[in-house]
Amino acid sequence: MRVLLVDDEIELVSALAERLSLRGIEADWASTCHDALTQVESKTFDIAVLDVKMPKMSGLELKKKLQGKCPHLKFIFVTGHGSGDYFQAALSDAGTAYYLVKPLQIETLIDKMNQALKA
Amino acid sequence: MNWEGDIIGQTGLQFYGKTAASLSHEIKNALAIMNENAGLMEDFVAMSEGGAPIDPGRLKSLAAKVIKQIRRADGIVATMNRFAHSVDESEKDVDLHELVDFVVTLSRRLAFMGGVTLEPRRGRSPVTITTNPFFLQNLISLCLDFAVGAAGSGKTIGLAAEETADGSLVRFTGVEAVAELPVGTFPGEREKRLLEALRGRMSLDAEAGELILTLSRDMDEAGAQP
Repeated sequence: MRVLLVDDEIELVSALAERLSLRGIEADWASTCHDALTQVESKTFDIAVLDVKMPKMSGLELKKKLQGKCPHLKFIFVTGHGSGDYFQAALSDAGTAYYLVKPLQIETLIDKMNQALKA
Repeated sequence: MNWEGDIIGQTGLQFYGKTAASLSHEIKNALAIMNENAGLMEDFVAMSEGGAPIDPGRLKSLAAKVIKQIRRADGIVATMNRFAHSVDESEKDVDLHELVDFVVTLSRRLAFMGGVTLEPRRGRSPVTITTNPFFLQNLISLCLDFAVGAAGSGKTIGLAAEETADGSLVRFTGVEAVAELPVGTFPGEREKRLLEALRGRMSLDAEAGELILTLSRDMDEAGAQP
């Protein structure tokens, strides 16, 4: 499994990538939507974990752009709060199985990634 | 001071809710970073129990990252507390520089999400006015919402408080795009009611790309003109 983590909080996304790597999962990260879109042009990912609220472009908008480049990519959304307009939008877009609230439990994230890949 | 009706009450609650949501989102991010770095420490300890060597320098670095986020979260909580207390007094002497800086602190993240940088320019001398701090924070925040939306991603909005002959003003710069907006778009009803309550007025200088909020020295002074 190769995963792309996207969040504008660099210290969060880099630590999470390292924790996944320690569990045998290839994890790359991007702190901007532009970087994420660049990375998928040179590497192949199975799944992308996207923060819903990011500067300049939301996770939902980024998902659409990534899908355009990688039609087989699976997605998990992550947000600070399980409420509000963004939550409702992402919920309808991703389905409850692929939506996680920060702080993340790493085993839960891995379970969701496995579920998303099997779907 | 007279209660100015539902519009001010509603917009005040919206401002309070929006600000609380934004600040709590930032706290969540700080907690999430602490969670991952503490998790990494746990991972390293578990690996060392299996015989892998543990790097003390790496643990020290992770602890430093956690401490940094604790300080970040503590700062956000202090901001939330100060914001909550801004409704304590309906009329108070305030330094306009400080109030503008504080609204910038409250609004910086939301502006950043829109790709806009806020740049307060602080003068040397205090600009003291008697006003309703919460209403004025709300009005400046609404002006910033407008300015951020008008400026667009990649731009910088400047804010400066200045003393005038009979009061003060807050100048928002970098809003050249207002020239392209339909006439009468801003200020809306919410801003007009707050301006009335604060005895202020607002003007747009499309050529200079400036929005200017003019305030009287004392919102309750008899016959005061902004």
